[in-house]
Amino acid sequence: MRKALVILIVLLGAALAQGQVTITYWQYDFRSKVEAVNELIKKFEAANPGIKVQHQTFPFDAYQQKVASSIPAGQGPDVVNLFYGWLPTWVKAGYLQPMPAEYIKVLDSEFSSLAQAAKVGGKLYGMPTAVRSLALFYNRDLLNAAGFKNPPKTWDEFLSMAAKLTIKDGNRFTQLGYAMAPDGQDHHLVREVLIRQFGGRPYSDDGRRVLYGDAAGLRAFTFYTDWLKKYNVGTLGNQFFPGNNAYRDAFIAGKVGMIIDGSFAIGTIRSGAKFNWGVAELPVEKIGARKVNYGSFWMHGLTPLATGPKQAASLKFLEFLVSEETQRYWLEKVGELPARKSLIKDPKLTLDKVFGPFVLSLAYAKATPFVDEIGQRKVMTDAINRVLLENKDPAESWRMAVAEEQKLLDAFWK
Amino acid sequence: MRPSEPTRRGVSLATREALWALAFLAIPLAFFLFIRIWPAFQALWLSLFNWHADPSQRPFVGLEHYHQMLDDRLLLKALQNTLAYTLLGVPLQLLLGLCIALLLNAVTRFREVFRAIYFAPYVTPAAAIAWVFSWMLSPNFGIVNEILGVFGIPPQPFLTSPSQALVTVTMVVVWQNLGFQVVLFLAGLQNIPRDYYEAARIDGASNWQLFRHITLPLLNPVMVFSAVIGTIGFLQLFTQVVNLNFTDQGGPLGSTLTLALYIYQQAFARFDLGYAAAITVLLFVIILAITLVQLRLLSRRVEY
Repeated sequence: MRKALVILIVLLGAALAQGQVTITYWQYDFRSKVEAVNELIKKFEAANPGIKVQHQTFPFDAYQQKVASSIPAGQGPDVVNLFYGWLPTWVKAGYLQPMPAEYIKVLDSEFSSLAQAAKVGGKLYGMPTAVRSLALFYNRDLLNAAGFKNPPKTWDEFLSMAAKLTIKDGNRFTQLGYAMAPDGQDHHLVREVLIRQFGGRPYSDDGRRVLYGDAAGLRAFTFYTDWLKKYNVGTLGNQFFPGNNAYRDAFIAGKVGMIIDGSFAIGTIRSGAKFNWGVAELPVEKIGARKVNYGSFWMHGLTPLATGPKQAASLKFLEFLVSEETQRYWLEKVGELPARKSLIKDPKLTLDKVFGPFVLSLAYAKATPFVDEIGQRKVMTDAINRVLLENKDPAESWRMAVAEEQKLLDAFWK
Repeated sequence: MRPSEPTRRGVSLATREALWALAFLAIPLAFFLFIRIWPAFQALWLSLFNWHADPSQRPFVGLEHYHQMLDDRLLLKALQNTLAYTLLGVPLQLLLGLCIALLLNAVTRFREVFRAIYFAPYVTPAAAIAWVFSWMLSPNFGIVNEILGVFGIPPQPFLTSPSQALVTVTMVVVWQNLGFQVVLFLAGLQNIPRDYYEAARIDGASNWQLFRHITLPLLNPVMVFSAVIGTIGFLQLFTQVVNLNFTDQGGPLGSTLTLALYIYQQAFARFDLGYAAAITVLLFVIILAITLVQLRLLSRRVEY
């Protein structure tokens, strides 16, 4: 017993003498990201001999559950990867610690303005390595076969192309012009893109009030639901094709002319699609009209478990994860757009056929200030589904959405 | 105590056996107390606080979460759906299970093969089942609509329709549980002594009378067990619902949302573990009440 104690003290002493600190990093399980982080950790440890980083991943659908139950038990990560939309919920429940104030200056001056969403109540809770935006993916072969040389620039062009590309056999669709996906990316499209394009604003500046209940908001919403009701773009992606990302899978299968999706889908589409495809910036009302986009990101934050020497080591690792060098590597390895302004301006990126439209969109993209991501997504998805699946009057459905979402915001800010 | 029994150190064999039995029982008892019962009480305790990762920052809110439930439209929806799943699923599951077990009991060849086939879905992961069914039930490309088309029935939206999704999910779950039901009923059927049937036949009983007055009453214990387990299963329905509509869980339009899924969302998407704990307590009370009623109603002594 005494011998064991002596050994323990000696070991502890040796560890202290070396200044060895072990920190833990958590992210969800996504192959290219896991491989990238493993590589990065090797580099980081070589440059910082006193710090060891343990990397743990969990399946996406169990990820938040693991975080929620581990941190209160003192078992979880020191540095954690999270979607920016989860941030207010996590902060309120005490799962993140604010970053030291000097990081705010770095974020404000060197990062894409989207990254402002990493702040809650004036405090900064983490930083992103990469950001993403939306664009129109199109099947060039199908477009050409239907006599279109270029992807649509305006919604009018978009709708006439979509109608022409939609093919029916009896009462079943064999091809869609556009695969609608309210629970995919289309809820962002309505909230952040169409409402602003039609001259409205989704939320007040402090994010506490729903403003889309006005005429512009309703016009944007009705315009979207009319794609199916009036303009014959096809049907809902998940009514057309099976699977969890039906709209994207159907596009990859070559049965859909156009989808709107995030830059995170590039990898899947690139490896799956066996035809000519292209990417274009989102259509606008008319040429020269206001461009808007939805931007989002995954960020790295520090949990309350990172204290003392672990806190210093965790900050060092976080800095490394968001450094210019890492962001360049991330783009090559994972294919996500860098969050630093300096890298986004790189002409190699803006002129890239696939990345270009996404990168250009970042300049005018906005991130929704979610306080209850799952609840707010459901409000918008339900508003659309009530019209498309239950034939409810759009104005009535929209009024319900305004009331429901305002209730969610009030519940958070009370 | 029998004085003739050999004793060692003044303890009789019977006492020693009882002590050993108690010692062995204490292990699972400790397990139940600390792993099952204790967390249940903790949930009750937790439901009185607003959640925070740091225990010292959890404000006591008393019954506020229970009050919050009264004004929660989605909770009401989840409650209605959960009851609908149970009322639809349990009787259907019992009926189909009994019918198939009776048929299997009548065949003597390949019974094991049939049983294995019916049991296979029960041991298949629910996520895999959900995935395959979402393909088969696809409105546009699914085999089910293909078959309906042969009979001139127009394609049905199934999981993508607010009015059909709940029934469709129930069917998938019933299909999955069927194997378990069949095995239970088959065991029950094979435990009924042949003599009863023979005696009744000599008395001139018809097949229906045999079933009504011998099979059914003697299967009663199995039915009670099946009904109670089945009800608890449907009241806790989660995995299938999550996987059958992964991007709009509980949708479309909340039509498939269950209490268990709602609890999960409150706890692990909204990090509101206090409110989630309060709904857990509600679910516990519902399951307890329904189970007690079922045990009372179904295990009444039947005259035969």
